[in-house]
Amino acid sequence: MAKVEEGLYYSTTHEWVKVEGEEALVGISDYAQHALGNIVYVDMPDEDDEIARDEEFGAVESVKAASDLVAPVSGTVLQTNTVLDDTPGLLNSDPYGSWILRVRLSDKSELDALMDAAAYSRFCESL
Amino acid sequence: MKSYDRLVFELSREGRKGYSLPKSSWKASLSSIPGTLLRKVPLPLPQVSEPDAVRHYTCLSGMNFGVDNGFYPLGSCTMKYNPKVNEEVASLPGFASVHPLQPEDTMQGTLQIYHELCRALSAITGMAAFTLNPFAGAHGELTGLMVMRQYHMSRNDMKRTRVIVPDSAHGTNPASAAVCGLQVVQVKSTADGTIDVDDLEPLLDDTVAGIMMTNPNTLGLFETEIRRIAELVHACGGLLYYDGANMNPLLGKVRPGDMGFDIMHLNLHKTFSTPHGGGGPGAGPVGVCEALAGYLPDPAVVQDDDGRFHIVRNPHSAGRISGFMGNFSVLVKALAYIRTLGRGNIRMAGPLAVLNANYVKESLKDCYRLPVDRICKHEFVFDGLADTSSGITALDVAKRLLDFGFHSPTIYFPLLFHQSVMIEPTETESKETLDAFIDVMRRIAAEAASDPDVLRQAPHDTPVRRPDETLAATHPVLRYKI
Repeated sequence: MAKVEEGLYYSTTHEWVKVEGEEALVGISDYAQHALGNIVYVDMPDEDDEIARDEEFGAVESVKAASDLVAPVSGTVLQTNTVLDDTPGLLNSDPYGSWILRVRLSDKSELDALMDAAAYSRFCESL
Repeated sequence: MKSYDRLVFELSREGRKGYSLPKSSWKASLSSIPGTLLRKVPLPLPQVSEPDAVRHYTCLSGMNFGVDNGFYPLGSCTMKYNPKVNEEVASLPGFASVHPLQPEDTMQGTLQIYHELCRALSAITGMAAFTLNPFAGAHGELTGLMVMRQYHMSRNDMKRTRVIVPDSAHGTNPASAAVCGLQVVQVKSTADGTIDVDDLEPLLDDTVAGIMMTNPNTLGLFETEIRRIAELVHACGGLLYYDGANMNPLLGKVRPGDMGFDIMHLNLHKTFSTPHGGGGPGAGPVGVCEALAGYLPDPAVVQDDDGRFHIVRNPHSAGRISGFMGNFSVLVKALAYIRTLGRGNIRMAGPLAVLNANYVKESLKDCYRLPVDRICKHEFVFDGLADTSSGITALDVAKRLLDFGFHSPTIYFPLLFHQSVMIEPTETESKETLDAFIDVMRRIAAEAASDPDVLRQAPHDTPVRRPDETLAATHPVLRYKI
């Protein structure tokens, strides 16, 4: 059973968003890391890049497959988690502690379209 | 399988050198090479005796697994038997010793082979013209997309930058489109595993360069809506590209040209019995309809009125995609296969491949989950075990198969399911071989319930057991440090 952390927003493509004021951290869920298997590479955007909701902003590569990362929110990339360059496996061992991007949110109302932990749990069970 | 794990460098002993190289006559020109590129110390080649070298490589070759060793049901790869007569023909001195820069007059037979294979492939596929120059399937895809782009550009239709690719496609399709500078748009599959025409229609506009399709698709299912899809795509001004990876079941029966496809590639190392994988090399000829013939890459071979063959350039070509004219020896083998079977027998390959696939599918579908329960073509996909309570994965099943001397099927592809196991038996396997495979697959399903640890630790009897794939991918050791 995939773990779901309370207090985060979730997308149907299994990214999570943790809001901190006008900024947010973005990562992938436990369900996503489990489905992908051992992750070997994370392709991240550059700082200051703009990401747009529902559009691809990077990719994760595992021993099984490469999968696009889809932006759950729009905004400007403030920071990427460069620790993942050398230890991409952190996304497997600690998916909610390992953020991929820190972004400045351009439209906080976009969060309304995302799921909370309870809704995301139900969504994962339905898959 | 005998285990052998030595590197030739580890066998090396000072002074046991088994070779002698001729004195270099290049000394005079050394001054023209930048000093930074010149080797300061002699190349540290391993020093082994001839018998040590021979034993080393013979032992390594014994650890290889090929279609000559056993059953190889690797889905989407069409690992059919490679007839030995093909090798004999390709190694005839006139073919094996030919040089690509020889004058035309001295290699008329070689050019004739090229020309005849183009004509045979045209007849089999319903395409007007072929180039045999691409070196592999994905190279053929790139070539075909270059032709597609050149066609639109020649009409000054510069908006067409999007290529539609189904979510069941081979990964090479979106990759080839991206390499060609085109934007990939995904179209979904229905629950039946075929293209969702309702999802496709809204995507079709004047920015679409074309659609890439595999038919039958990667689930081994025939795209029954192909006529309608062809009409819709053509109506919006786009072209249809046929990924020939799954041509085997249609061989001599159905022609992509008749389905409405404009461009296609073939994998000679799949459908036309030339060696596949490490034993290749491959060849990925590209065929096009009449209207696109002028955009094929050059050089090409033509026959004049006197029956002489010539190598010609093409001023409107999409470009040159190989130094010369493809992997010629592979082309000879493919033509040998076509001629050996002949027009009548080549029609037998597809139905027998389909029969074998359906026999295996029906014999196992009570033990393994079959997401789309339909008559398949040459291959089919299970989504893991029917009983998922043990937590045994597709990887565990695949690894366990190795203990029984079978190559594993393709796993975790297509991406439509989480535990894909993609099985393609091909037409060259006997019922006895298929039955042996079915017995082992059933035994593995039983083991998953009774003794799942045997599967989790498999393989038990191979020289290498479970490599650490994560470590291999993140920290690959690509060379021996001498």
